[in-house]
Amino acid sequence: MSDLLSLSAVAARAALDSGEISAPELATAYLEAVEQTAPLNNYVAVTADRALEMATASQGRIASGDAGLIEGIPVGVKDLFCTAGVASTACSRILEGFTPTYESTVTANLWREGGVMLGKLNCDEFAMGSGNETSAFGPAINPWQGADGVDLVPGGSSGGSASAVAARAALLATGTDTGGSIRQPAAFCGIVGMKPTYGRCSRWGIVAFASSLDQAGPFSRTVADNALMMQAMAGHDPKDSTSADTPLPDLMAALDKGVKGMKIGVPSEYVMDGMDGEVVALWEQGQAWLRDAGAELVEISLPHTKYALPAYYIIAPAEASSNLARYDGVRYGLRVEADSLDEMYAATRAAGFGEEVQRRILIGTYVLSAGYYDAYYLKAQKVRRLIKQDFDSAFETVDAILTPATPTAAFPVGRKVDDPVTNYLNDVFTVPANLAGLPGMALPAGLNSDGLPLGLQILGRPFDEASLYSIGRVIEDAAAFSAAPQHRAGGAS
Amino acid sequence: MLRGFHCNRTKHSIMSVDKSTVARVARLARIHVPEDRQEKLSAELNGILAWIEELNEVDTDNVEPIASVTGHSLPRRKDVVSDGDRVDEVLANVPETASGFFVVPKVVE
Repeated sequence: MSDLLSLSAVAARAALDSGEISAPELATAYLEAVEQTAPLNNYVAVTADRALEMATASQGRIASGDAGLIEGIPVGVKDLFCTAGVASTACSRILEGFTPTYESTVTANLWREGGVMLGKLNCDEFAMGSGNETSAFGPAINPWQGADGVDLVPGGSSGGSASAVAARAALLATGTDTGGSIRQPAAFCGIVGMKPTYGRCSRWGIVAFASSLDQAGPFSRTVADNALMMQAMAGHDPKDSTSADTPLPDLMAALDKGVKGMKIGVPSEYVMDGMDGEVVALWEQGQAWLRDAGAELVEISLPHTKYALPAYYIIAPAEASSNLARYDGVRYGLRVEADSLDEMYAATRAAGFGEEVQRRILIGTYVLSAGYYDAYYLKAQKVRRLIKQDFDSAFETVDAILTPATPTAAFPVGRKVDDPVTNYLNDVFTVPANLAGLPGMALPAGLNSDGLPLGLQILGRPFDEASLYSIGRVIEDAAAFSAAPQHRAGGAS
Repeated sequence: MLRGFHCNRTKHSIMSVDKSTVARVARLARIHVPEDRQEKLSAELNGILAWIEELNEVDTDNVEPIASVTGHSLPRRKDVVSDGDRVDEVLANVPETASGFFVVPKVVE
């Protein structure tokens, strides 16, 4: 029933409360949508029985007046989150058959607030990738098609999440963002994605990639839905020692605040050689929308911007090489037998990790190894401080920063690149926020001449997600983005 | 086109990774890398490292490294047992187990 699929989460909540629709009805519509869009390969596991059970329980709570924030809303979960009793693999062969006995804090929060779990979503292996092409389950596909009918990547690493929400195979979805893994896929799929401030969402029970950068966040089709989901998933968690004990303001109340009097920074270093002209034009359009709504646009300088990516590609692999040491064939997942313990480790890890993951572990091991630690790792940590200081000084004069989300629109699945660095450049606009720990939102702002969505990114002060929702709402209203992807459940209308 | 963004990527790497370095790092990382893959990997790693060396342009004298952006010190909890007695849960996903233990290949002759 396509009517149900066209409801936003906020509208669905109201319809559930008024009794116009029921939670099992909504869950059933989404489970059918999941089936209908299966060729997009965005789910790696569908938990239909659990969805219907949870929806029935939701219906009971709605009836008794105990509805949570997202009561009855169908949610997809990136396969990086541990879900009790449901296989959680980080889309890696090495976690084949791993069924956690515990629930991640973020998903537990979502279920506490009444979310209905549809299943686990495809992603890049261990969240390492920008196109969802390193997944052991094969690539997820973008519901938007290339001009010549070619399949496009949904972005990555949270590609399955973005693809599912855009294709209406989930109303909301979780993602994680270490260098852009929520914002870049959101931009590629024409939806809204938020990476909150580092420490806003608990990392407990999320498969670790680079622990000083990883943050969970929400995917949605509207800015208001995003604020609603963020409100439900965030919060202090003593089980994550980097979780912030900072109160979360009422994000829904921030939606209608507008931008009058706000100062929005436009960093001159984000204009780069070879940038897509349509991306630049859209960025300028975004500035004009905010100016028209009463904001003051200010040119700012973030002088160390160009060093963010190389610093990231030292720090993230270094942390990953340490985090992924736990996959040893002893405690969980895959094991390849061999005569000695060391050979068993090496054979298991060679068979279980894909190419990109192996490459990053090797880089990380190299930059941390004796003799190179100072030259690479320590250097990168110093540059990281300079990048953070750039933002600190910018936020002395501006309230938020507007940039493009990605340098291009989505690219074709299987695109051949001559070396790994070409793929890494996708994250050029998103990585700095991870290094500085800042909140960042990507949202659709228009289509390029091939009919593909392009996104803008808003960066804010630490723990000021509220302003991003105020600004995001103004851009959403001005852009009036209503285009639909070719592949979506319930038809293109 | 995007390759032009950052730096002169043809710049020769100061610390070049050869096949034997790949083998050494792979051993450290406990990943078996067959010899016929070492050449390709060394080229890829050199490409990444050459790009990363752009950081040497940045003056970082008198800059303190940061490992975390949270700005607060790690919280402490009381030194008491707050969890445990979950042998079955801990062993639930173990590839090989016996009598409540992990089983690994023999390490002592």
